[in-house]
Amino acid sequence: MSRNLILGTALSSIVVLAAVVSFLWTPYDHAALDIPNKLKPPNATHWLGTDHFGRDMLSMIMVGARTSIAVALVAVGIGMAAGIPLGLTAAARKGSWLDELIMRGNDLVFAFPSLVIAILITAIFGAGAINAIIAIGIFNIPVFARITRGAALSLWEREFIMAARVAGKGTARISAEHILPNIANLLIVQGTIQFSLGILAEAGLSYVGLGAQPPTPSWGRMLADAQTMVSFAPHLALIPGCAIILTVLGLNLMGDGLRDWLDPRIRVART
Amino acid sequence: MLRYALKRLLSLTLSLAIASLVIFAVIEVAPGDPASFMLGVNAQPDTLAALRAELGLDVPKTERYLTWVGGMLTGDFGTSYTYRTPVSQMIADRMWVSLPLALYALTLSTLIAFPAGIYAASRRGKPGDIAVMGATQLGVAVPNFWFAMMLVLIFAINLRWFNAGGFAGWDKGFGAAMQSLTLPAIALALPQAAILARVMRSALLDVLGEDFMRTARAKGLSHRQALWRHGLRNALIPVLTIIGLQFSFLLAGSIIIEQVFYLPGLGRLVFQAISSRDLIVVESVVMLLVFAVIMVNFVVDLAYAAVDPRLRSRT
Repeated sequence: MSRNLILGTALSSIVVLAAVVSFLWTPYDHAALDIPNKLKPPNATHWLGTDHFGRDMLSMIMVGARTSIAVALVAVGIGMAAGIPLGLTAAARKGSWLDELIMRGNDLVFAFPSLVIAILITAIFGAGAINAIIAIGIFNIPVFARITRGAALSLWEREFIMAARVAGKGTARISAEHILPNIANLLIVQGTIQFSLGILAEAGLSYVGLGAQPPTPSWGRMLADAQTMVSFAPHLALIPGCAIILTVLGLNLMGDGLRDWLDPRIRVART
Repeated sequence: MLRYALKRLLSLTLSLAIASLVIFAVIEVAPGDPASFMLGVNAQPDTLAALRAELGLDVPKTERYLTWVGGMLTGDFGTSYTYRTPVSQMIADRMWVSLPLALYALTLSTLIAFPAGIYAASRRGKPGDIAVMGATQLGVAVPNFWFAMMLVLIFAINLRWFNAGGFAGWDKGFGAAMQSLTLPAIALALPQAAILARVMRSALLDVLGEDFMRTARAKGLSHRQALWRHGLRNALIPVLTIIGLQFSFLLAGSIIIEQVFYLPGLGRLVFQAISSRDLIVVESVVMLLVFAVIMVNFVVDLAYAAVDPRLRSRT
């Protein structure tokens, strides 16, 4: 295993662990107000300090990790669930009207940045974590459709697929039994990258008020609250910012490491 | 080439038509009537009807869609529900902040990424390369709005070199306006520069392994000369594509950065419009952003095909 993979997995695990533990235990109640102790910098009783309402920052970061992970994970799920079948279909019917329709549809969705989709959804249904998930999820669909189609196309030319055809298997069965397992590695790596982009997108959407709404803690929301207080309480902005950076960095390193580890050609070249 | 361009133009028109249809349809299903929102719950039915007629809300949806699209083609985006001023005028005013900001950020990102990518590629595997790649890994992970807040903390609040927010306006002179856009542009540019530097490095490394590079070295050029004369020019093709794509990301990304710096650009316009249910402004700004993305992709495709003839036959 490469250094990237180990470091990335370690960083990501810390965040996931913090989120899981927050269901059972947090140092303080993340929503409990303690005005006399507001804006305290990191100290022995509050390891990461307190915010403008005296809430414990560590507890908020732990609970906020849940929001970030949940939104990004479900958004990747949406992208994979819709994008992979579309990509497989397009590749199996290469050059047909269906392929053309799927790919042009992809281009169209691609023209809507996730922020713009979020703006549209918010304009209709109002802001919230669910709408952030939908916006980021929709943005992920063409990403997975494209990468699936591209990888599947080259596999369709291979002899073992030809053999499966001769054996009488239909296109749907070949896609599911032979193509999908062979591109799974690629999709896992892309999933990691989209997951990290999802964390960034969720933070951005909550920051501008289009994501999770109070009292649900989210890292982006914490940064938005910190903005007017950054001059006298910089820890309010530094801590959620570092949480986002470490998570995204961890996932990206893990994605890079996984790609090298799962790609037999690179592995052989190294040994 | 002409046939390829025409084919892409047809698909561009179709994409724009469908995008406009999707945006209009999405906004149309929005609950709440803008006229009743503006007049409040105690509005008289006849006043409401008069306002609906004035805003053009009483005609069938198909007709409203055609009026909206037809208007946009002639530069008429309709009238804002809340401000009662032409939407095109509002967009034009805000555009003078958002567009220069995106271009400024694009320039900065290119100026940072090119030397960084070239340096890393020419020192492949050495400490310099590892340092640059580590920095780009970090740059990609930093949320631009958080970086913006840190820039404000350091350069506006502590060092007082820049204003913490607001826009001086172009009438105060080019220097003053650019000064208010500098921190936002740096914040926007950094993550994009990190991506671009990585692309630049890998494109250069791909080219360095090519036969013509070996030929260039064999005929007596130094490593540096071969890199500048032959390597860079060939590596530019994928890099330019990414630069094109980044422009649309920067335009959309400026929506968030404008919030940090209180810049009166398209981003703030659209958020104000959402909160006041000024849907005609929302749909026009969204359409404009999508139009920009589709147009940039179109130009990039054409430029790519012009440089690389193989692509023309592929689609």
